[in-house]
Amino acid sequence: MSEDSKFHHGEVKDSVPPIVQMKNIEKHFGNIIALAGVSFDIRPGECHCLLGDNGAGKSTFIKTMSGVHQPTHGEILFEGKPMSFATPRDSMEAGIATVFQDLAMIPLMSVARNFFMGREPTKGRGLTKRFDVEQANEITMTEMRKMGINLRGPDQAVGTLSGGERQTVAIARAVYFGAKVLILDEPTSALGVRQTSNVLATIDKVRSQGVGVVFISHNVRHALAVGDRFTVLNRGKTLGTAKRGEISPEELQDLMAGGQELAQLEGSLEGTV
Amino acid sequence: MSDSAPNFEADERIKAEPLISRLMKRPELGAIAGVLLVTIFFLITADSAMFTASGIINFMTPAAQLGILAIGAALLMIGGEFDLSIGSMVAFSGLFFGVCVMVWGLPLIVAIPLTFVFSACVGAINGFIVIRSGLPSFIVTLAFLFILRGLSLVGLKWASGGSTQLRGVRDATENDWLAPFFSGDAFPGFFAWLAEAGLIETFQNGTPKVPGMPVEILWFIAIALVATYVLLRTPIGNWIFAAGGDANAATNSGVPVRKVKVTLFMVTACCAALVAIITVIDAGSTDARRGFQKEFEAIIAAVIGGCLLTGGYGSAIGAFFGSIIFGMVVIGLTYTGFDQDWFQVFLGGMLLIAVLFNNAIRKRVTGER
Repeated sequence: MSEDSKFHHGEVKDSVPPIVQMKNIEKHFGNIIALAGVSFDIRPGECHCLLGDNGAGKSTFIKTMSGVHQPTHGEILFEGKPMSFATPRDSMEAGIATVFQDLAMIPLMSVARNFFMGREPTKGRGLTKRFDVEQANEITMTEMRKMGINLRGPDQAVGTLSGGERQTVAIARAVYFGAKVLILDEPTSALGVRQTSNVLATIDKVRSQGVGVVFISHNVRHALAVGDRFTVLNRGKTLGTAKRGEISPEELQDLMAGGQELAQLEGSLEGTV
Repeated sequence: MSDSAPNFEADERIKAEPLISRLMKRPELGAIAGVLLVTIFFLITADSAMFTASGIINFMTPAAQLGILAIGAALLMIGGEFDLSIGSMVAFSGLFFGVCVMVWGLPLIVAIPLTFVFSACVGAINGFIVIRSGLPSFIVTLAFLFILRGLSLVGLKWASGGSTQLRGVRDATENDWLAPFFSGDAFPGFFAWLAEAGLIETFQNGTPKVPGMPVEILWFIAIALVATYVLLRTPIGNWIFAAGGDANAATNSGVPVRKVKVTLFMVTACCAALVAIITVIDAGSTDARRGFQKEFEAIIAAVIGGCLLTGGYGSAIGAFFGSIIFGMVVIGLTYTGFDQDWFQVFLGGMLLIAVLFNNAIRKRVTGER
């Protein structure tokens, strides 16, 4: 995918206040400093890419954002107000949805049952209160069609879907349940070319609905294809945030690798990395 | 965005699915096919008496007693856990029930709920240990298989003054108004009418050979229906599938996995208690061998009914039919010229076929290749 892509991109004005703002976040595990002052913010309707190599602190950072970890130092503002999420449930209820790499999907269960897992719609009351299967099926089909996936039927097992489709179900589910911020942990890392472009298209659709997307990746090309802003994480620190068009793929790649070594390697590989 | 839309049109590589292959994906299909096969087998080989009203009642009664356990075991297996202690649980709750009635002299209206509460507590202990320790339920409940069997023996000797049998339950419960719900035959009037109308066989004096429907069959059908409803039409059913399919993913999606699993252990134990109450009142006594090896038979019935050993897939209706297959084979062989002991061979064979079949089905459902 080239530097400039087919997506129309979120036209985010600087005046729009961020939904989530993370200021100088530090996270220490015993004597290990996983995050040493990271700042990051996400506005509605943009895709903010968080790039970094393995071990750069990406996972720790998103876990802090989604309430799994509490920061050692630093401040999290949610819609302008200081916020501390004690559990993942807290952040979910505030509207921060995280799609981890395992996707929280059960292959043996149908798409509809997965879609509403833990949040089943019911009808009737008292003893007749029951899982509203018809409504669940209908909503699932509609939501999946919106994301561009035509299911054979709502009872199709998730196991029969491709990796990209599963990712899309997970994203659609998060958005349907009112996510304002969607954190995607390496959504394209295990996917083929076609599936990757489908997931990127899904991200674009979600963004156009006004959801702020945090796209975590170590693939510069995937990030550039859909991202509006780019923040690079290296050794627990942010190396600044760049807007779309302000930075070239080579520069991003170098920042991720911490500069020097990769430049040499790239030379010997004739620019294929 | 329109330019990438064609990618998402109905995929030309997916063939329209014929009815037969859609049916193939139902977990209970194997068990229903099994019932048909076994029926055909006995229609050919067995005495025609097997399929008269009294013959059917004959094999449905053991099927029902096993089936109540098997449905409990199936729910638990779908929820991703095993309970090897249900057979011993039958003996243990039978002992408790016997003590309630014989030693403490309680009426059934007190003794029965007390037995259920007691059994549910034992089930909960099983569940808590499994959940807290994270150990496989196979090992934990295997320990309880021996613990409960041993306790039943010790308790019986204590309650009966040295014997391993506690007698006299029938006399003690005979006049209790609650007894007809747990023992004897239902709808005698209807069966008498059938006999008068000449629809079922009668003895010389005109009374029907089958005096009524044994109550355990009604319990069996009712439990199968309730379990199926819960599984397919309630949020709890969805949680059971989710907990068994992937406990971690389910927890992350907000499913109270621990509660679901502990509750399932309690339900299974209550199923064992129900079988204990029915059989103890029926036989009029309780003994330490009650429910012996029933845990294996129940799990086999559940597996024949389409439950995967790995959890997350299966059906209560499947376990229902699995138990009927069981009853048909165990009783049906007496109607044939075959040696009764072929039963175990047949059983093992059925289990093997069922597991191979289920494995194929699972691959089909998950689209594994």
